[in-house]
Amino acid sequence: MIANALVDWSRAQFALTAGYHWIFVPLTLGLAVIMASMETLYVIKKDEFWKQTAKFWMKLFAINFAVGIATGIILEFEFGTNWSNYSWFVGDIFGAPLAIEGILAFFMEATFFAVMFFGWNKVSKRTHLLATWMTGIGAGISAIWILVANSWMQHPIGMEFNPDTVRHEMVDFWALVLNPVAIVKFFHSVTSGWMTGAIFVIGISSWYLIKKREVRFALASIRVAAIVGIMGTLLLMWSGDGSAIHVAKYQPMKLAAAEGLERGGTGAPFSVVPGVEIPKLLSILATHDTEGIVPGIEELKQEGEEMMLKGKVALDAFKQYRSLKNTDPAKAAEVRKVLEENVDYFGYGYIESTDELVPNVPLVYWSFRVMVGLGGFLLILMVVVLWAERKGKMIQWIWLQHVALWSIPLVYLAGQAGWIVAEVGRQPWVIQGLLPTKAAISSISVGAVQTTFSLFVAIFSLFLAIEIRIMLKAIKEGPKTNIK
Amino acid sequence: MITYEFLQQYWWFLIALLGGLLVFLLFVQGGNALIFLAGKTEDQRQLIINSTGRKWELTFTTLVTFGGAFFASFPLFYSTSFGGAYWVWILILITFVFQAVSYEFQGKAGNLLGKNAFRWFLTLNGCLAPLLIGTAVGTFFTGSAFIVNKNAVANVGAPVISRWIGEWGGLEAVLNPFNVCFGLMVTLLTVSLGALYLLNNIDDKPLSAQLRKALVRSFVAFLIVLVVVLAQLLTMDGFGVNADGQVAMMPYKYLHNLLQMPIVLVLFLVGAVLVVAGVALTLFKQGFNRGIWFSAPGTVFVVMAVFMIAGYNGTAYYPSTADLQSSLTLSNSSSSEFTLTAMSIVSLIIPFVIAYIAYFWYKMDVLSITSAELKSSDKY
Repeated sequence: MIANALVDWSRAQFALTAGYHWIFVPLTLGLAVIMASMETLYVIKKDEFWKQTAKFWMKLFAINFAVGIATGIILEFEFGTNWSNYSWFVGDIFGAPLAIEGILAFFMEATFFAVMFFGWNKVSKRTHLLATWMTGIGAGISAIWILVANSWMQHPIGMEFNPDTVRHEMVDFWALVLNPVAIVKFFHSVTSGWMTGAIFVIGISSWYLIKKREVRFALASIRVAAIVGIMGTLLLMWSGDGSAIHVAKYQPMKLAAAEGLERGGTGAPFSVVPGVEIPKLLSILATHDTEGIVPGIEELKQEGEEMMLKGKVALDAFKQYRSLKNTDPAKAAEVRKVLEENVDYFGYGYIESTDELVPNVPLVYWSFRVMVGLGGFLLILMVVVLWAERKGKMIQWIWLQHVALWSIPLVYLAGQAGWIVAEVGRQPWVIQGLLPTKAAISSISVGAVQTTFSLFVAIFSLFLAIEIRIMLKAIKEGPKTNIK
Repeated sequence: MITYEFLQQYWWFLIALLGGLLVFLLFVQGGNALIFLAGKTEDQRQLIINSTGRKWELTFTTLVTFGGAFFASFPLFYSTSFGGAYWVWILILITFVFQAVSYEFQGKAGNLLGKNAFRWFLTLNGCLAPLLIGTAVGTFFTGSAFIVNKNAVANVGAPVISRWIGEWGGLEAVLNPFNVCFGLMVTLLTVSLGALYLLNNIDDKPLSAQLRKALVRSFVAFLIVLVVVLAQLLTMDGFGVNADGQVAMMPYKYLHNLLQMPIVLVLFLVGAVLVVAGVALTLFKQGFNRGIWFSAPGTVFVVMAVFMIAGYNGTAYYPSTADLQSSLTLSNSSSSEFTLTAMSIVSLIIPFVIAYIAYFWYKMDVLSITSAELKSSDKY
């Protein structure tokens, strides 16, 4: 038997690593655009003030960047160390975007990061600006490829199961890359990073305003950040809408869990919080039709029963094929046909009860509300801040400065909640319908994973604590703009 | 005609190339191993950290890409090795993780543990990472105890394909002296490369003298271990694929590989001569500090040759001592023909990537680092 504890600890470790990684990555994505915009202003306006402003945010960028890299490498290798079966079963598809990410994006980031930090006096102004943008673009490109990989897990396309090699094999590279889920997910993730960067910059700048320091710097930073943040959030909303449509289509159980929808049907209402519903809104969000059908958890469980039967047939046919393929080719061809007819349900063969098909509903339900609620609040905040800055009210409105400052943790909470919806919501699947999480693991001892989990908790928490401390010191010291 | 077999060989070539570049770029680790040994004053330590600190991300990225490329081209290796030699890989990762933050954290106010703690993390990564990676690569020749059974997928209760015998998570590799010597050899080589790189990149007389001293010691030790490793490698039985497609022990397999593939032999010899020439010129030619320009490509060539000996000419590159037929070969562990083709097209971009890295490397390193530069704000 697969030890449940091993599956749980492996999941916990991956969630821990991914969760920590997503503390550092969105700030990298967002800050990159903001500081590159500032440096662009420096090159255009030839005003030293913008250079120093950009350099200050770069300093914070660098502190954050290092920890993002540290958590990122663990994530990559955990596919192998903790999800060994997964690595073989879908490595033919999943490995490719990971390798491309390295070749195309990481080298770009690594090369231009060094130029950005140490090249101020070594390369021309324009080359330096190019390096800054390329660092950010490199980060964006790396996001494309890892999200292509992730989206394929949510909506697997462009592959075929090969019972001879016992894995899924890629048959259409462009289907993988142009997976509609990937495109939407890319915009949703990257622009949530823009929002994170914007709220971070606005919050810290507001702290300077509260302290009545660095006023020109703070107002200028707020202006750039709010514009980037608002643009990002508009894309974030658009891609969020696209996400809902995809989830309804490809992962209906995730949607039902996110809504806590026990029983569905046509004209489904949207649950704001338990007991408060907006009629028909869920159908509109999920299908863009007031009378669209949204199945609930119970209906999906019933459907699941049928799929589980097909899954057992597929798994059984696979087993027979493996034993017959060298001894009785004619019979093997027959069972292979049966396998092919049912292969879409292969993963359901591992499922023992329909209850397994339901993810953790309260966690997904509340995470969804946290994400959307905070996202909406932060958008309003940015609009108000930009308006106040333009109208010269930002310095007066001390309450707004405080709200902006204390919104920094909220944007992180929203980002984490988003990934909980995406990743907890898709359980029990690691590859939707094809491979359940419990069949994706490595054959290692629970004790080993418990030990590494504890180690990672200690190491990542230490790094986070140090990063926050160093950032606070750097913020207190302030930018050296010299121009008030 | 591009056949499936050609693609598998091509991707092994790329793995060998990335492996070679990785070992060369481990000069960052080798240099960091010298922070306290060669850097006697605060200024000197700063110089070393700022010199390797401008390149560490390339090393790190090469490691990540090496992993990614292995995943994409030989996924059965990724799943079998990482999922089994759990502790070896986790330890390697942890040393790199500490390294990744240490540059940025060591010189900053509020770093909680103090400057020296982070410098020790750099030093530890500098010594341990090459040692562990080298030891892991040693098992490419000595094997590990695992069983690959693809039929397991049908077993709902225990569907995992690759299983390792024993509970040590790969750490048992240190019980084989060959693996340890291999690791030691890589470590000493990277320290020599580190010293060569720093000599070329830093303009500081007293530090140069100390680096030369470190270079002599590490390189002599390297040569001694190299002889031991080569003597074993070229006389040991190897894991070959016989005419029936079965993996079997073959006497002098790796020696035969070298002799039967003259190009690899030439690559190996040219590489070795370049490595030695770089060091010898540095030590014996007055004022010569461009040794890295010889030893770096030399290292790449030698490491490539080692990978080629391990994987080409009908050899199981990741052998299993528990079940010979579970051993991984290029043909039984690779991605599908389609994926290898798609990835091969992507790989055509690699020369372009190398070109822009080289261009900016040149731009950044045209002038050596001096103590005066560290007074500016653009430093760690």
